[in-house]
Amino acid sequence: MSEFVNFYLFPALTIGSIYALGAVGISMIFGILRFAHFAHGDLMTVGTYGVLAAAALMPVNPLLLIPFGMALTIFSALFVDRFFYRPLRALPTIYTVIASFGIALVFRSLIQLIWGAENQIFSTGVRPPLVLFDTFRVSVLHLQAIVATAIIAVLLHFFLTATKTGRSMRAVADDPELAEVSGLDTAKVVRWTWIIGAALAAVAGTFAALNTSAHPNLGWNLLLPMFAAAILGGIGKPMGAMAGGFIIGMAEELSSYHWIGDSALISPSYKTAVAFVIMIVLLIFRPQGLFKGRLL
Amino acid sequence: MEFTGLFFYLVSLLILGGIYALLCLALNIQWGMGGLFNAGIAGFFGVGAYTSAILTTAASGKHLGGFSMPVPIGLVGAAVVAGLTGWAVAKICVRLKSDYLAMASIGIAEILRLVIVNESWLTNGSLGMSRIPRPLADLTTGRMADVVFLGFVWLIVLLVFLASSRLYDSPWGRSLRAIRDNEASASAAGKDVEKFRIQTFVIGCAVMGIAGGLSAHYFRFLSPTATDPLLVTFLVWVMLMAGGSGNNKGAILGALAIWTIWSATEIFTNRLPPEWATRSSFIRMLLVGLLLQVVLQRFRSGLIPEKSPPVRFEEEEPERLKH
Repeated sequence: MSEFVNFYLFPALTIGSIYALGAVGISMIFGILRFAHFAHGDLMTVGTYGVLAAAALMPVNPLLLIPFGMALTIFSALFVDRFFYRPLRALPTIYTVIASFGIALVFRSLIQLIWGAENQIFSTGVRPPLVLFDTFRVSVLHLQAIVATAIIAVLLHFFLTATKTGRSMRAVADDPELAEVSGLDTAKVVRWTWIIGAALAAVAGTFAALNTSAHPNLGWNLLLPMFAAAILGGIGKPMGAMAGGFIIGMAEELSSYHWIGDSALISPSYKTAVAFVIMIVLLIFRPQGLFKGRLL
Repeated sequence: MEFTGLFFYLVSLLILGGIYALLCLALNIQWGMGGLFNAGIAGFFGVGAYTSAILTTAASGKHLGGFSMPVPIGLVGAAVVAGLTGWAVAKICVRLKSDYLAMASIGIAEILRLVIVNESWLTNGSLGMSRIPRPLADLTTGRMADVVFLGFVWLIVLLVFLASSRLYDSPWGRSLRAIRDNEASASAAGKDVEKFRIQTFVIGCAVMGIAGGLSAHYFRFLSPTATDPLLVTFLVWVMLMAGGSGNNKGAILGALAIWTIWSATEIFTNRLPPEWATRSSFIRMLLVGLLLQVVLQRFRSGLIPEKSPPVRFEEEEPERLKH
C-alpha cells in the first residue's frame, strides 16, 4: 500500500498536474483561436529556461523565480501571435497549424543556441521527503506541484466565472459567432488567452524540469499527452483540460503498476505510448471529450 | 583535389536530395492532392528503413534478419510494410479533421519509434543495425559506388514522379482533389470519400517507406536516430510548402532547394569560431523554421504553384451538348 502511494500515486498526481497546467493553454487556444498549437510544449520549455536563467543569477528557491519564466513565455507567445499567427488568421486554420510547427522548432533551436543542448538541473540540493502518517514518504516537490495546481485551478475558475474578461473568453470558446455579434472585444480575448496559456505553461515546464531535468526537448515530449488531456476534457473547457490532465497522468503512471501478479501491467518503457493510445481512441470515438467540448 | 572533393560533395547532396524528393512527392500525394495532414512522416520512413534493412542484411544474432535478399526486394518489402502500416493508420484516423489527424499521426509515429527503440530482438534497439548492403555493389568499388547509388536513387525518383503525375491527371486524381476542395459536393456527386482517402494515405506511406529503405542502404547503418521526427517530418513539410504543394515538379524542386540551403548552411556554419560551431545545427534549424514562416506569409503557393489540369472531355462530348 505505501509502495503504491509513494512510487505510483504521488508521481502520477505530479505528472497529472504538469499535464493539467499545460493542457489549459492548449484547450483555450484550440477553443478560441481554433487551431492546434503545436508549439505549446516548446513554450513550456521557454518558460523553464527563463526560470533557469533567473536561478543562475539569484540563489533562491526556483519556485520563487517562476514569475520570470512567466514573463518570458507571455512575451514570446504574444510576439509569435502578432508576427507569425495573426497574418494567417484569415486563411484556413491549417496554415496556422503548420506555422506553429515551425515556431516549435524556432523556440527549440533558440533555446539550444542560447543555453546549449545538455541537460541542466536546478541546484536545489537533496531534500528529505515528508513523512505522512508515519507510513507515506512523499517528495516535497511532488506535494508543491499538486498544491500549486489546486490553487491555480481555484483561481482560474474564479477568473473565468467572476470576471468580465473571463466570461467573454468562455463565451468566445462556446460560440464565437454569437460572441462576435454581441460585440465582445475579440482582440482582448485573444490576448488573455495567450497570457493565461503561456503563464500556466511556464509553471508546468518548471515543475517538469524540477521533477527530472531541464532539456530542450522537455516540452515537446509532453505535448501529445497534453493534447490528449485537452481533448479528453473537451476543447475550450479549461476545467475539463485540468481534469483531463490528471486522468492522463494517472493512466500513464498507473499503467506500469503491477496490478496483476508481480510484473508491470505495461512495460515502463511504453508508458508514454499509453497517452498516445488514449488520445487516438478519444479522437475516434469521443472527440468531444468527457465534458462536451466543441467539435472543431 | 579540390574539384573531386566538390564533385563527391555534390553526389552526396543529390543522393539525399533524391531521398527527400521521394518523401516530398509522397507528402504531395497525401497533402497536396488529398488534403491529408500527415505529421508522422518519420514513422513511415522508419518502418521502411528497418524493413529493407532486415530483409537485406546477412544473418546476425543481434536482431531479426539474415534474409540476405537483394536490395530491390528489400525496397518492395519496405513499400509493402510501410503501406500496410499506413493502411492500418488510415483505417482508424482518415475521417479525422486536419488538426486531429496531425495529432494522431504524430502519436502513431512516436509509438513506432518507441517500438524501434525498445524491441531489441527486432531492431537491435539503440545500438542499431550495420552492414546494410548497397544495390549494384558489384559494379564498382570505392567512391564511384556513390555515383552508381545516385543513379539508382534518381531512377526511383523518376518512376515515382511519372506515377504520381499520372495519378494527378487521372480521373482518380481529379476526384481526389474534388474531395480535398469540397468534401460535401464530392460526396454528393457519389464519390466514396473515405475509400479515396485511405488509398491516398496508403500510396503516400508506401513511397515514404521506399525513401526510408533507400536511406538505410545509403548509410549502410541504421539506428533510431534516423527516425528523429523533427528533422525528417519537419524538413519535408517545409520542402513541400516552399516548392508548391499540389505540384509534383514543385515537390521535387522544393526538396532540392531546401536540402541545398540546409547543406550550404553547414559550409557556412563550419567557418564559425569553435565555440559556435557546436551549435551550428541549431542555427540551421532556426533558419529553416523562420524560412517556413516567410513561405507561409509571402509565397504561400510555393516556387511552382498548383495548376489544375484542364478537364478533357471525350470527343463526342461537345456533340452531345448540342442536342
